[in-house]
Amino acid sequence: MVEFVLNGEVLATNDPSMTLLDFIRLKQGLTGTKEGCNEGDCGACTVQVAALEGGDLVHRAVNSCVLLMGQMQGKSVTTVEALGGDHPVQEAMVKHHGSQCGFCTPGIVMSLVAAHREGRQDHADVLAGNLCRCTGYAPILRAAEAVVEAPVPEGVDEAALISRLAGQGFTELDEFADWYVKNPDAVLVGGATEVGLVLTKELKQPAKLAFLNRIAALQNIEHEIGGMRIGAGVLLAQLRGAMAGKYPQFAEMLRRFGSVQVRNSATIGGNIANGSPIADTPPALIALEASITLRKGDKRREILLEDFYLSYGVQDRTEGEFVESIFIPEQADTLGVYKISKRFDQDISALCGAFNIVVAEGTVIKARIAFGGMAATPKRAKAVEAALMGQPWTEETITKAQAFFAEDYTPMSDQRGSAAYRMILTQNLLKRYYLEQSDTRRVRVVGGPS
Amino acid sequence: MNAAKSIPHDSGPAHVSGEARYVDDYALPENCVHLAFGISEKALADFTLDLEAVCAAEGVIDVLVAADLPAKNDVSPTPDPEPMLAVGTVHYIGQPMFLVVADTHLNARRAARLGKVSYAEKTPLVTLDQAIAASSTFGDPLTFAIGDAESALAEAPHSVSGSFEIGGQEHFYLEGQAAYALPEEGDIRVVSSTQHPTEIQHKVAEALNKPFHAVRVETRRMGGGFGGKESQGNALAVSCAVVALRLNKPAKMRYDRDDDMVITGKRHDFRIKYKAGFGADGKIQSVIFEHFVKCGWALDLSHPVADRAMLHADNAYHLPNAKIVSHRLRTNTQSNTAYRGFGGPQGIIGIERVIEDIADALGLDPLAVRRANFYAAKGDLTPYHMEIEDSISTELVAQLAETSGYAKRRAEIADFNAGSPVVKRGLSLVPVKFGISFTLTFLNQAGALVHVYADGSVQLNHGGTEMGQGLNTKVAQVAARVFGLGIEAVKITATDTGKVPNTSATAASSGADLNGMACKDACDKIKARLVDFASEKWGGKVSFADGQVQVGDHTMGFADLVSEAYMARISLSATGFYKTPKVQWDRMKGKGRPFLYFAYGAAVSEVELDTLTGENRILRTDILHDVGNSLNPALDIGQVEGAFVQGAGWLTIEELRWADDGKLLTAAPATYKIPCASDAPDVFNVALWDGANLEKTIYRSKAVGEPPFVLGLSVYMALRDAVKAGGGDANFDAPATAERLLMALQT
Repeated sequence: MVEFVLNGEVLATNDPSMTLLDFIRLKQGLTGTKEGCNEGDCGACTVQVAALEGGDLVHRAVNSCVLLMGQMQGKSVTTVEALGGDHPVQEAMVKHHGSQCGFCTPGIVMSLVAAHREGRQDHADVLAGNLCRCTGYAPILRAAEAVVEAPVPEGVDEAALISRLAGQGFTELDEFADWYVKNPDAVLVGGATEVGLVLTKELKQPAKLAFLNRIAALQNIEHEIGGMRIGAGVLLAQLRGAMAGKYPQFAEMLRRFGSVQVRNSATIGGNIANGSPIADTPPALIALEASITLRKGDKRREILLEDFYLSYGVQDRTEGEFVESIFIPEQADTLGVYKISKRFDQDISALCGAFNIVVAEGTVIKARIAFGGMAATPKRAKAVEAALMGQPWTEETITKAQAFFAEDYTPMSDQRGSAAYRMILTQNLLKRYYLEQSDTRRVRVVGGPS
Repeated sequence: MNAAKSIPHDSGPAHVSGEARYVDDYALPENCVHLAFGISEKALADFTLDLEAVCAAEGVIDVLVAADLPAKNDVSPTPDPEPMLAVGTVHYIGQPMFLVVADTHLNARRAARLGKVSYAEKTPLVTLDQAIAASSTFGDPLTFAIGDAESALAEAPHSVSGSFEIGGQEHFYLEGQAAYALPEEGDIRVVSSTQHPTEIQHKVAEALNKPFHAVRVETRRMGGGFGGKESQGNALAVSCAVVALRLNKPAKMRYDRDDDMVITGKRHDFRIKYKAGFGADGKIQSVIFEHFVKCGWALDLSHPVADRAMLHADNAYHLPNAKIVSHRLRTNTQSNTAYRGFGGPQGIIGIERVIEDIADALGLDPLAVRRANFYAAKGDLTPYHMEIEDSISTELVAQLAETSGYAKRRAEIADFNAGSPVVKRGLSLVPVKFGISFTLTFLNQAGALVHVYADGSVQLNHGGTEMGQGLNTKVAQVAARVFGLGIEAVKITATDTGKVPNTSATAASSGADLNGMACKDACDKIKARLVDFASEKWGGKVSFADGQVQVGDHTMGFADLVSEAYMARISLSATGFYKTPKVQWDRMKGKGRPFLYFAYGAAVSEVELDTLTGENRILRTDILHDVGNSLNPALDIGQVEGAFVQGAGWLTIEELRWADDGKLLTAAPATYKIPCASDAPDVFNVALWDGANLEKTIYRSKAVGEPPFVLGLSVYMALRDAVKAGGGDANFDAPATAERLLMALQT
């Protein structure tokens, strides 16, 4: 049985693969939470989930359509019905005419409620995962602005309720590791932002699901000698915080990774192990020379992340083996990360490129460049790197090196961009990196170095 | 006055609390069945079905093919047929072929994928070029003309010509298509997320071979419509009704988002060819347009959409000699349908491109060329021979240019660009003039039903539907104003074919114009009875204000008067009716007065473009928009803001792509991107023009739903300006995706 709290009431379910949205709407008859897309892209199903993270109760806005009940063990869910209609966010939304058709509104309210609790003022980022087709967002942003100073209404004591829940499922890493060796056919669920779609869109029912979200040992970010170790279960929202001080351009890219709701569910381990050629964290990690620890039972091995990706859909991972952690070696920050997508926020990349080039006394002494979206796997641009190494850091060198992308990559054309567009972008992003390192004038419309 | 107050949307509190219910939110009886379509995976093929696995799937109760339908297999909004379930041949990928009935929504969806289909494939026509080459059309080309365009073009001192394409647009209403049906003693009650309950009533009745009176259709609200629920909900409602009577059980159907995007029609994509002749002053002497309209596999509303594009080929400009030819192409893709603007925006882009080309050719600011060509306040003829009587473009644009600091910013942008090699800025002012009325003249009618209860509360029903635009709030404000009551005294109930019959779709921006007037007519009738009663009983002049009624020197509460009137056996219920005056239109001749009036507006947008990547954003937009005497400024500004962002999305990031075999590649929000919060302008100033409608519309207001959609074009044109600043070729198609912009900069 999965035990959890919904709007202050302790509930249980024995259907771990049902989505939270279906549970809320179909089992509980709470129809305030809407299904807009059933794939985590529109935010109409947004609810607030509270859970203990390292002893602290943390509230997060999440998409309930791609969360599975198996992930809800020990958590406290709040839907729009529990707000009572007089939450400052609700009142401001009415006053500022923030709803028209009203269908996206409960989700928008829940996103704003979770952000209001944290005192966030980055309203457009907060709302990046909530699509509204009617208002053009202007009145919603005005409503968000208006409630920043309003006090957070008191609610039920979620921490006390959660602490009473007895549950099942993995909490110990060793226990899971042993189990997975014996059950290598299980589908591992980190945040379910990908697995959820298997259920809601492919309409497939994996025979075995293993929920990893309660294994605390996978959720640490540790600063070790020589670098930073990130547990595979670390949320992208947490990763963004960890990168902000150290690699600000990595953090800026993560600001645009999915949406608040997606980053509050999805894990770095999932993004890596999934093997997608357009996953957004591998290019930056590869440029940073990151390695990953793969674990099978009690055996561990460490490989460079770039070596993990063998070919499309194939990784260097044996049966029963899983990604346990990621290690980023200590280095000065020379990282540039560029995500290019059709829509600026909450979009899958046409490509994502990372440049890590070290120049000493005017000469390139290190160059690591990696791209997603340019090949069947995340891949380094080794010919370009070679063309840069040992050369003077000048526009002429850049111009010469740009041509070598054609040796590294043969991109494909799809609905996110043509091969020609991708190739020009790749070349131009090297120029962008050069200009950002050497010119004070702004060279991009959003998110340049501050 | 209530009618001019910025009252919040009447459902606002219910929206934010989650209490507002949509079709999928109603608790239905336990025995309710759920439906899903099995859809075609080929764009053009003869087919045979083997449904054994579907029938055997978990939870499946029944499976229907076309032959199982009890009467008509047709969901077309026009006399031209459109089968609900394919018969023998499929015409696009996504066409419904069979109907699954199951115990749950999920089981119905699962089973719908298990059909074994044998296809005998033929070569589909996916693109405009393929359809043109195959002469695959709906009817002959239509031409509207004034003057002698060919001769005037030959005689003009300067000329430009070109051709470009404009993509379609997915509606992406947040609430997908949905309906349910309840069997009621052989009759049927349908609840549908539709802009057109009467059409649902008709299609359901025909599908069941029953008279219209046996079918009742209700619509409380939609989670967005934008034209996508004018005809596209017919198939769901008909399916539910057929199954509900077949099994004598409630039946519900809603499309999963991806099914919705694959099955339903979208905005029409266009190719526009143009030739224009003009003088050294930039004044247009002649224009010839050729529209190639991608209609999709069935006719749906394509003729009136394509007509409206022709009727907006002039936008706000006087074209003394003009010829507009329109070709309607049949392709093996989704059947394109109504979408906010209904072809008007596509028609307008044509002339705005001509204006930009003229400015380039003469080295003028495009705004100067626009101003040189505006219709005079009155007297000019449109290309469809309607005399302009209300043009305010010149004054409105002058005011906006002033308040937005256009000239100063034009200079500042030039300075910025001179010092910024990578990031370039662009600026554009685009006006709109939009014709208001259904071009199918008989549709310009509406009804209302008003009850005043004995306690003085008012219940109101009208033929329009609420899809977020605030129509119910505006119409309630009309009733409150007539009776001198607060808005809280008036309740509007769900649109119901049993209360107001024979309604038109809530479309063409006409909702408040038509239903507001019908409501006023009904309220005026009741008010007249109350006035007669009061003046007879107490004597003196009767007036209504602030919930009170003044009769001579006698004052009483509205409720008290109503109570007395009831005791005196005065009828306190009335129907109201309205038909738009003056309109008459002959589309075959291209002559007449299709519109009662025009709504005007203009927008100035400033953008920033990254010439290394094509990424861009809207720095600032200023809009001045004409809604006549606003019924509700807050709701009107909300329509303007929302329409602008939707229009800007259409022309920038919203891109529909089909594979060569006709499969829609952008059939989910993962691949089809509508604007999100950061895509709205960083600075967004919207103001309403101060001026009444010259026509006697409801309190001299003007329609607002569609006209400001066109203002998104200012973003596209500002990007064009930025591309020029970056040395690129400005003749790129729409939408101006980052890819298109970057490729335009490679020249």
